[in-house]
Amino acid sequence: MLGTGLLQGLGVTAKNFVGSFHDPARLTTIEYPEVKTKLPEAYRNFPFLVTENATDPMGTLRCVACQICEKECPPQCIYIEKSKDKKPDATGKPQLFPAIFAIDTSVCMSCQICVEVCPFDAIKMDQVYEIATTDRFSALLLNREQLAKSNAYYHEIHPTEAAEVDARLAAERKAAEAKAVAAAAAKAAAAAAKLAAPVAPKTPAV
Amino acid sequence: MSVSDLSGLNAERATPGARVREVHDSFHGDLLEVSMGPHHPSTHGVFRMIVTLDGETIVKLKPVFGYLHRNHEKLGETVTYLGSMPYTDRLDYLSSMTNNWAYALAVEKLAGQAVPERAEYVRVILAELTRLLNHTCLAGFLMQDCGCSGTPLMYAFREREYILDLFESLSGSRMMCNYQRFGGCRVDPSADWLAGAQKLTDRYGTFLDEFETLLTGNEIIMARTQGVGKLSPELAISAGVTGPMLRATGVNYDLRKVDAYGVYPRFDFRVPLGDHGDVYDRYMIRVLEMRESIKILQQALAGLPAGPIMDPKAKLRSFRPKAGEAYGRIEGPKGEIGFYLLSDGSPNPYRYRIRPPSFINLTVLEDMCLGHTVADAVIILGSVDIVLGEVDR
Repeated sequence: MLGTGLLQGLGVTAKNFVGSFHDPARLTTIEYPEVKTKLPEAYRNFPFLVTENATDPMGTLRCVACQICEKECPPQCIYIEKSKDKKPDATGKPQLFPAIFAIDTSVCMSCQICVEVCPFDAIKMDQVYEIATTDRFSALLLNREQLAKSNAYYHEIHPTEAAEVDARLAAERKAAEAKAVAAAAAKAAAAAAKLAAPVAPKTPAV
Repeated sequence: MSVSDLSGLNAERATPGARVREVHDSFHGDLLEVSMGPHHPSTHGVFRMIVTLDGETIVKLKPVFGYLHRNHEKLGETVTYLGSMPYTDRLDYLSSMTNNWAYALAVEKLAGQAVPERAEYVRVILAELTRLLNHTCLAGFLMQDCGCSGTPLMYAFREREYILDLFESLSGSRMMCNYQRFGGCRVDPSADWLAGAQKLTDRYGTFLDEFETLLTGNEIIMARTQGVGKLSPELAISAGVTGPMLRATGVNYDLRKVDAYGVYPRFDFRVPLGDHGDVYDRYMIRVLEMRESIKILQQALAGLPAGPIMDPKAKLRSFRPKAGEAYGRIEGPKGEIGFYLLSDGSPNPYRYRIRPPSFINLTVLEDMCLGHTVADAVIILGSVDIVLGEVDR
């Protein structure tokens, strides 16, 4: 009969209309900005630089200014200048650090490639999204002071991923220390053999 | 002037350099040229149609595009192979997962890289979710074009959001997923995620039933879409039309069957074919394809093997495939999406070319619109399923 399809369709809309008042699962909208949805852990938006110590963010940046992310960034939004001198990193090894590290967030497309190519776990994805500003230029060009965020913050936004990274870094450091100890012991042993005299083994510099 | 009189006009059009015959009688004035778009909401983006009208009948239609051109293919030559991956998200931004896959497939062919089985399954799951997402959106948009203001589109968007939530919790972004890598996928889906995908797959059939009750049997929609925008299989083939547009004309051509890429041969599914090649058939094909996608999803989720998600030999940094060329193509939701790459052994492709399905499907727009009214042109364009990010590149 002509019109049956129409009536059935109206039945569907009526069902949805009434259902939206009764079934809480159907209420898909929330009152933003008073209420915010919980972001999934994987959510990513704009990179930040990880610092080991929140009290001295510029002194404990993990970044060693290797410039791989600068080269790999598809829209070329990262600008890095290497430091002239070296500073000891978390393991005590002297490393270069970025004298200038800037990201133009008006160009960045949050693709996460800088995070994937970083061999030092120094750059990670943030979860900020309320970053609208009235200044198109300087306010969107973030320098290293604005980009640096603590490892604790990283744990807060990506707990699983951060735990993995910390475990890996700890294992790497332990391996490096063990290697240094072994190398020092071998060196000492060789020296001892050469001198053919009892020499107290030096304590390895860690 | 009736529709049948237009055959003469079309014959004149066919001769090169011929002008449209101008009709002067007491009932008809001069032909009227109307510029639809580029800021017309029904053109699905910044697309312009210059339509020449005789009364309300279209006698000539000239598509104008390129407003969203952003040098995509040239950019591909200046960035590394990996660097092009996030740009492919921005081609057809409704189906970034399939764009990623097509590009990854082309690079894997070029570099001769193997993909672990688990990654192949995950790719199929994501591609079929993308198909559900794209076709649901298309049905909603098409109905919006028909004048069903709001309701079907909002229902479609409600369901789309559930799929986008899955994409977001896996890849970190709703639409710009940047998920596939050469030699696998970036993240391994967790058990929670797979449970979510299973739940959505189980529920999606119910939504489709509801959606179809609302639309498929609706007399107004039938009257509005049946017999409108007919495309002949011969023209579709010679114009290179692919995807649901081609299958709606009755041509059995689906790359999932023809190329049998990935692990598709392991799944049992059918390829729905249309009869008339009109707008209604194109809508129906998409609904039927969604039902087949649900079948594939059920099988892929049930048969997902354990194992690595990335080829352990895959290189992320300093990736340089050997010199050569490769063309990787898959059946995207809109048709055959392909990437042609020419490598000279450097970190960047020497040539990076895309075969965009919605751009090629759009080339037959004038042939479908002739003899119809302006209001029909809107739904014919809607049924082609274009995304201007891909058309203009």
